[in-house]
Amino acid sequence: MAVLEIVGVTKRFGSLLANDGITLSLAEGEILALLGENGAGKTTLMNILFGHYTADEGHIKVRGEILPPGSPDAAIAAGIGMVHQHFTLADNLSVLENVILGRESLWSWRQDKARGRDHILSMARDFGLEVNPDALISDLSIGERQRVEILKALYGDAQVLILDEPTAVLTPQETESLFETLRRLVDQGRSVVIISHKLHEILSVSDRVVVLRRGAIVGTVKTADADRDSLAELMVGRAVVRPKAEPMAPGEEVLRLHKVSLGGAKLDAVELTVRAHEIIGIAGVAGNGQADLANVISGLARPTSGHITLFGEGPAQLTPESVVAAGVGRIPEDRNAVGVIGAMTVWENLSSEDIRRPPASRGGIFLDKPAARARAAELIEAYDVRCKGPDAETGLLSGGNIQKLILARALSREPKLILANQPVRGLDEGAIAYVHERLLAARRRGAGILLITEDLDELMALADRVAVMYRGRLSASYAVSEVTVPELGLMMAGQNREAGENSKDGARHAV
Amino acid sequence: MARAMRFEPRERVSVLAAAAAPLAGVAVALLLCSVLILWTGESVLEAYWLLLKGAFGTKFAITETLSRATPLILTGLAAAVAFRAKFWNIGAEGQLYCGALAATWVGTGLLILPPVLMIPLLFLAGALGGGAALLVPVILKNRLKVDEVVTTLLLNFIILLFVSYLLEGPLKDPMLMGWPQAAPIIDEGVLPRLVERSRLHLGLVVAVGAALMVWLVMTFTVWGYEIRAVGHNAAAAAFSGIKINRTIIRTALLSGGLAGMAGVTEVAGLKGYLTLDLSPGFGYAGIAVAMLAQLHPIGVLASALFLSAIYVGADSMSRGVNIPTYIADVLVATSMLAVVLSVMLTRFRIRFN
Repeated sequence: MAVLEIVGVTKRFGSLLANDGITLSLAEGEILALLGENGAGKTTLMNILFGHYTADEGHIKVRGEILPPGSPDAAIAAGIGMVHQHFTLADNLSVLENVILGRESLWSWRQDKARGRDHILSMARDFGLEVNPDALISDLSIGERQRVEILKALYGDAQVLILDEPTAVLTPQETESLFETLRRLVDQGRSVVIISHKLHEILSVSDRVVVLRRGAIVGTVKTADADRDSLAELMVGRAVVRPKAEPMAPGEEVLRLHKVSLGGAKLDAVELTVRAHEIIGIAGVAGNGQADLANVISGLARPTSGHITLFGEGPAQLTPESVVAAGVGRIPEDRNAVGVIGAMTVWENLSSEDIRRPPASRGGIFLDKPAARARAAELIEAYDVRCKGPDAETGLLSGGNIQKLILARALSREPKLILANQPVRGLDEGAIAYVHERLLAARRRGAGILLITEDLDELMALADRVAVMYRGRLSASYAVSEVTVPELGLMMAGQNREAGENSKDGARHAV
Repeated sequence: MARAMRFEPRERVSVLAAAAAPLAGVAVALLLCSVLILWTGESVLEAYWLLLKGAFGTKFAITETLSRATPLILTGLAAAVAFRAKFWNIGAEGQLYCGALAATWVGTGLLILPPVLMIPLLFLAGALGGGAALLVPVILKNRLKVDEVVTTLLLNFIILLFVSYLLEGPLKDPMLMGWPQAAPIIDEGVLPRLVERSRLHLGLVVAVGAALMVWLVMTFTVWGYEIRAVGHNAAAAAFSGIKINRTIIRTALLSGGLAGMAGVTEVAGLKGYLTLDLSPGFGYAGIAVAMLAQLHPIGVLASALFLSAIYVGADSMSRGVNIPTYIADVLVATSMLAVVLSVMLTRFRIRFN
């Protein structure tokens, strides 16, 4: 029997059709995956389900009864629990306090913490969600925080659990333990909807997959009958193949970091070498020093000790200007906040790194707008930036097109070193393939690439060697063929890899 | 059920809409203020007609309006330049007095040159004086992240008290008995009149020239690009290699210099000598001028003229009908709010979920 039915739900935002007549049902004890690219309408649909939005048409039924629209309280009362993509926990409260927050009567004399604690402990036992009820949220790891989110969602005896992109911030091990919890939940008769765009995870955990594209359902398949390629094609609407790196012999050294430290523990004696024709991948859970590493190399932060050598000698002091002039192309982590100036035009953003040089200006004083616009028009063409032209306002471009603009700016000068920090985060499959193809082309031309990413698929497909950052320390590097995803996961959680007794000579050395 | 309201950016803002928006805002402000005029029992049309006549009705009225607009153009440019870089200079009033002080120091006998050299020298001295007044706030901001809104605002009072001390002591004109007033600017330094038997002086030409210069710098130079980039997104500007601190210092000196030049036009053009009532708040009014102009240097010319017309016109209107001159302040304030709102509506449309 269906515990949850979505019947003909349509939702418009202005001229955008976010959900187009969506009808689906969730069976008891089922894990249903909702698959789709960014902007396909997954989150909108779940927000309608949970009462954050009201549908323009259609309705939600829970066990045959229509749910009043626009009321999260009604959704909770009907047994729906939601775990949001961005955590909604109070850092300065304990696990227990967070879970029972808002669930108690305002009129009770005091908090009944003992009962709450018992309930949490029994749920934790039943579903494999171990966490100390008295720990402060600020002391917990990301994986633990997510367990608290799930406990919170289940606390009101939720029968349907909705998880929005739950694995985005987890290590592979944490992801596996999350999936174990979900399986236990459905074994006990609850039902789960998981929203994701990661194909392998959906294949490993779900019973059935519903694929959304541009707000409409384009396919429903049993997971047992599905495979990666067919799902990807359904999701994107055409066959998209992410390119893979072909083996190449590394050339001269383009970047070396020697004992580089930053502000105490932000970076701790980092050793790193990148050679021409080589892609070094840096894995790690967000917030372990990757951003600081990128800042140090792109000239935004000065190391407190150690030194950085670019192309054998390198500028005495690294500033964004000197780094760019020396031949480094940089793709920043946050393309909207750091990569471009949204309120300025496309040509102004394409010229931002060499505004003091021709063709953007004459004598470093006067802007040469016609030349800069002409140059921008060439780059727009060459990098397929979809916009109305050089004078379009950059902030109105889509994420994928902003990233193409940044690629055009960074790669058109043929840099010898490319610093690519999360280059495909939040992009759809077509744009991902494009960015990867461009990076691989630069590598064939002779560039060395430092690829910082949280996406292990990306890392395994592109990198020659990988190293892991954990709490400001960078591990030794390993040839991609010598390391598995689970091993990387353990390193991302802070465990040392066995000191390489089995690895071949030269397969493990300090990069 | 609560209905949520959202702002949706418009794909394209037509030039016509962008130009019409401030005018529409002013029209709305006039409508709103007519309620206040009705309250006084006077005729709205007559009041506005008198206001218009007071500002533009006679040759004398026009020259008065233009000479009142002169310092407003310069302080408006000072605010417009600084706000473009998100450097919130609220201290144009103090910088104006610093400029006036520098012109007084140089122009009351320190050296005597022919007018062709003397007048540019006075403006240079005034610009340097105004810029110097911003040095401490800008260094505190760059080094210690001290909020410039607080430092520039409070510095106004310090500077005013300092000028007061100088006028009571070292700079006091010995020829005058008791009045706290500095010695007059020497004849070579006095700005020539543009129109016979009026107070309109060369300062207007300087102010209009300054607006053109600022527009050229902001639109066609690397400096202008850097100021805009830092103002819109400092993190992205720093990433692409623009030196943020250097850009802010440059902007501050330009802004303070423009405000200092406003002091020169008043001391060497309008009054002839430095007193403590040299400026009835031109520095603060400059902020309103810049906001009304949407920080555009050429727009500053129009909005400075608008403000001065309202002040001059309201003075004259209050003599004709029984409406206090404070209506001018209300009119300026509501215009500012209405223009900000109408400009926002040209950039966004409102949608209800």
